[in-house]
Amino acid sequence: MNSSEQTTPLLEVRHLSKHFGAVQALNDFSMAVRPGEVVALAGDNGAGKTTLIKAISGVFQPTAGEILLRGQPVTFATPQEAREKGIETIYQDLALADNLSIGANIFLGREPMRKAFGFLPVLDRKAMAVAAKQTMGRLDFHVSRLEAPVSNFSGGQRQAVAIGRAVYWDAQILIMDEPTAALGVPEQRKVISLIHQLKAQGRGVIFISHNLQDIFAVSDRIVVLRRGVQAGERKISETNHDEVVKLMVGG
Amino acid sequence: MTSTSPTEQGEAHVAPQADHGDPARTWIGRIAEGRAWLFLAGLIICFEVWSRLSFGATFVLNPFNVQSIAIFAVAPLLLATGQTFVIISGGIDLSLGFIMGLAAVVAAHATNMAGAAIPLPLAMLAGILAAVLVAGVPGIINGLLISRLRIPPFIGTLGMFGVARGAAYLLAGGTTVPVQNSWFALLGNGKFHGVPYLVMITAIFVVVMHYILSQTRFGQHNYAIGANVQAARRAGIDIRGHILRLYMLSAMCAGLGGALYAARFTAGAAQAGEPLLLDSVAAVVIGGASLFGGSGTIFGTVAGALVIAVIQYGLVFVNVEPFWQFIAVGLVIIISVLIDQAQRRFSGARQDE
Repeated sequence: MNSSEQTTPLLEVRHLSKHFGAVQALNDFSMAVRPGEVVALAGDNGAGKTTLIKAISGVFQPTAGEILLRGQPVTFATPQEAREKGIETIYQDLALADNLSIGANIFLGREPMRKAFGFLPVLDRKAMAVAAKQTMGRLDFHVSRLEAPVSNFSGGQRQAVAIGRAVYWDAQILIMDEPTAALGVPEQRKVISLIHQLKAQGRGVIFISHNLQDIFAVSDRIVVLRRGVQAGERKISETNHDEVVKLMVGG
Repeated sequence: MTSTSPTEQGEAHVAPQADHGDPARTWIGRIAEGRAWLFLAGLIICFEVWSRLSFGATFVLNPFNVQSIAIFAVAPLLLATGQTFVIISGGIDLSLGFIMGLAAVVAAHATNMAGAAIPLPLAMLAGILAAVLVAGVPGIINGLLISRLRIPPFIGTLGMFGVARGAAYLLAGGTTVPVQNSWFALLGNGKFHGVPYLVMITAIFVVVMHYILSQTRFGQHNYAIGANVQAARRAGIDIRGHILRLYMLSAMCAGLGGALYAARFTAGAAQAGEPLLLDSVAAVVIGGASLFGGSGTIFGTVAGALVIAVIQYGLVFVNVEPFWQFIAVGLVIIISVLIDQAQRRFSGARQDE
């Protein structure tokens, strides 16, 4: 594993707190993600996982604490800013426009244009299709019908498109919120293999899941949250299901 | 839970499989997409046979008929192009009919007033411009209501339907406003090599709108918003700005429709677009768009508008009581939606393997 302790973490969170009025959703929480590392975030409902990823992805600002990207402190006013700095969130409910092609989804909101007849700006569908083919190829996902709307593909394939979009825009940190929750078992395994690809490319992944089996299949480390505080951090190779469950429920 | 040695499972490399198109599915999809053109062809053949059997005369090869159908289709088509954009985005614009009436009255007044001061051709252009710009105002209000105040499009534009209606009648003083401008009358009734100017203008306009919908970011975002607003927002698309521009665009289409109406009848009337609103929605739906948003094309809508015009004109031509028009158009709408749903059921069932 290349998660050697001395490399500068891609992403580091220090003493992060988030209060909603009197409710402490997150309290003095710290963690780090190194290049090529998959860190699983586990915890019961309401433990603060969602609050944490929303703070990291710029949905809202933390009350206290800091976020560092490659050692540099950063703040994000909007999710857009976080995305521009290379932090991409992949939502469980698939943020894809079903009626558009893979290429159009990858480029949604930042479509490439070309000049037809030398003057008329038109969408460069060819460039989108080529980029889609290359990007999906990097994820070992080969499609023949690049023009087809993504609604024609299966759940795992669509999840791959969402990941492909992040990869194309060169996201260095991918936050994946329950990426396997809506999928059947074979599809879940495909997503797991996609995460392995991301890891091999040196990206950092924060993997949120309820499924311990998935967590143990891909993660290098696991961070457990309980009632807004860090309940424990373990290397996957040095822990087991029972210990993680105990950390989660506080046994 | 068997995996105490996680790496074993982790290294199992299962790539998503290559995807292979199902040819039968693609076929049904194509037929469903082009159904408006199939309807149109079927109707034309039907009327041709009917006309030959009853009168021994041709229907479609008669240039007068073709011209009349084209003229018939102009006004509903102008409303329907704007409506196509709105329906693809998942909304609906019910105010278009009376925005068109308002624009027709404004065009008549403005042309007359300008005609007193500047040469007639310029006065005509000023009248058209005024109609389109004034039509944009209720469009902007629609857009603000829907994007900022989150009023559902159906209700927001229904309110504007009433406001525009009242404003149009007030402006017209309760009657029709005649236009005194020979250029304007020529624009509305003249021809070039047998093609009416109105049809030419509409054809050019439709091509421009097709370009906007299919080739620009605005069009692409419109499809995305119709399919999944959340995804569009997360992709960084300015939803509010888009909705505002969208309803302004559709209102301005109705504005052009009103100006051309005033040219054709050399008068502006508040009720100009009253019967056309539902025709515009029907044209969009027959043209293959889904009222749930996310699909539809301008050329589909052109076919839809032509289907309605052919039914209306054709039934008169073969001497059927005019009330049958409503029944025929209604049936085509229902059949069209049935085909759409059948196709959805067929292709919507994804395999999750």
